[in-house]
Amino acid sequence: MLLAFDTATPAVTVALHDGERVVASHTQVDARRHGELLAPGITSVLDEAWVPREEVTAVAVGVGPGPFTGLRVGLVTARTLGLALGIPVYGVCTLDVLAAQAVDTGAVSGPFLVATDARRKEVYWAAYDEAGARLDGPHVDRPGDVATGAPVVGAGARLYPDAFGHAVGPEHPDARVLAEIVCGERAELLDPEPLYLRRPDVAAPGKPKRVS
Amino acid sequence: MTAENDGPLVLGIETSCDETGVGVVRGHALLADAVASSVDEHARFGGVVPEVASRAHLEAMVPTIERACERAGVALHEVDALAVTSGPGLAGALLVGVAAAKALAVGLGKPLYGVNHLAAHVAVDQLEHGPLPEPCIAMLVSGGHSSLLKVSDVTGGEAEQGVRPLGATIDDAAGEAFDKVARLLGLPFPGGPYIDRAARSGSSVYVDFPRGLTSQRDLQRHRFDFSFSGLKTAVARWVEAREAAGEPVPVEDVAASFQEAVCDVLTRKAVDAAASEGVEDILIGGGVAANSRLRALTEERAAARGIRVRVPRPGLCTDNGAMVAALGAEMVRRGRRPSALDLPADSSLPVTSVLV
Ligand SMILES: [Zn+2]
Repeated sequence: MLLAFDTATPAVTVALHDGERVVASHTQVDARRHGELLAPGITSVLDEAWVPREEVTAVAVGVGPGPFTGLRVGLVTARTLGLALGIPVYGVCTLDVLAAQAVDTGAVSGPFLVATDARRKEVYWAAYDEAGARLDGPHVDRPGDVATGAPVVGAGARLYPDAFGHAVGPEHPDARVLAEIVCGERAELLDPEPLYLRRPDVAAPGKPKRVS
Repeated sequence: MTAENDGPLVLGIETSCDETGVGVVRGHALLADAVASSVDEHARFGGVVPEVASRAHLEAMVPTIERACERAGVALHEVDALAVTSGPGLAGALLVGVAAAKALAVGLGKPLYGVNHLAAHVAVDQLEHGPLPEPCIAMLVSGGHSSLLKVSDVTGGEAEQGVRPLGATIDDAAGEAFDKVARLLGLPFPGGPYIDRAARSGSSVYVDFPRGLTSQRDLQRHRFDFSFSGLKTAVARWVEAREAAGEPVPVEDVAASFQEAVCDVLTRKAVDAAASEGVEDILIGGGVAANSRLRALTEERAAARGIRVRVPRPGLCTDNGAMVAALGAEMVRRGRRPSALDLPADSSLPVTSVLV
């Protein structure tokens, strides 16, 4: 019984997979309330599927890249749940989930990009082949620097139509697909470490400012 | 078994600033207090960098929980309840702790109490000195807060009347003033312990630095409030004038004079608050409570008015998980209702909201 969730985009998405199929899922889109929505989302999929928490055997979590605050909610939840239940925790690149969604739904038929909102007028992006295998990335860049006429999946494409003329497929990742690619052994499994891709904004102070 | 040993077993998580704290208590008994600090990563920036702190909380969370359980000699599934700081503090930092506590609550199937950081600074004293004197005046001083509270029920009570703010800083926190003055004097960050040490060999009357909000006029509107920004500026001016004149800065004397100005105002107002509220106990908490002069001066002035002073040992005064667990245990003991799983992290949680 795999519990899967992702908080690296405005979507707080949770799914429960019994090894054969997704038995419950819950998704809410609210970029500012990841911390409030995730735990109730988890209990609601467990309740909906009538699965006691002790029956969960693994956790899969999207490791980004994504805005840091929301991303950490998913990662700390996954790691701590893993500790509480004594079960393994697997990480999956969030952009890979979007790529699988696009391939599985037939939204793409050739090579394509996935781009999500990195804020500060940048996108997180990666390049994929027609089967959804990652060829390049993930990176963070200004849309103009990675502009393309190829199909682009994810909210980044819709945010920057000048750079990405050909927006296709889903905007946000879906934990049902995250669960499916992990259970179907189609996912590249990573450690549950955040893909921040950016350093924290800090500046060492100079000399104290004069006051007189 | 004594009463202390059969209270509720509570694990508390604290991440409001740069310490990842996980504590385990049973009733009033402290079983473990594990703290991972990212202070060294902030030192070169002269203050806590929120994103650096948040990243460190994520990395430290699981190892710190494991360390706390190991030291307490308890397995996670044995805990009766979880408690976590839900505010006030740095938003992104708080969120890591709140999410972790929720994951434990969900994974263990145990109740969760989201509590106020300031009330936890008060509750922690139970671990050292037993049941709190209620009512008491709490003076909480650290790099993040400077408050005078009247505490009649540390769990807040049903009507949220249990913790009443009497006064607070209107600008810098006391600990912030210590950090800034330390920097002016070329002392390391965090400044508190270095100023305290330097002050021991200095003269506290070398410079007569201003006492903020103590004039008759200020007292009318700000009887129990503090202001440390003018003091900090006065120290900066004094140091600059010395340097401009090409004279050496007597670091020990300036540190002692500055520290005296801070402690004078804090203790005067705390004792005045206790006297005016007819309360016989003052409790000091927060990182600045470790300051030797603050403890001594409070005790001296309180004793003169027949008021008792309680100060937890320094390790329990700074931010830690045990204080959150202590307050959580009190919530369980007094039958307060647990928090919902959509509990938010609230960076500006008012002190009257003890249980969220
Ligand atoms: Zn504090």
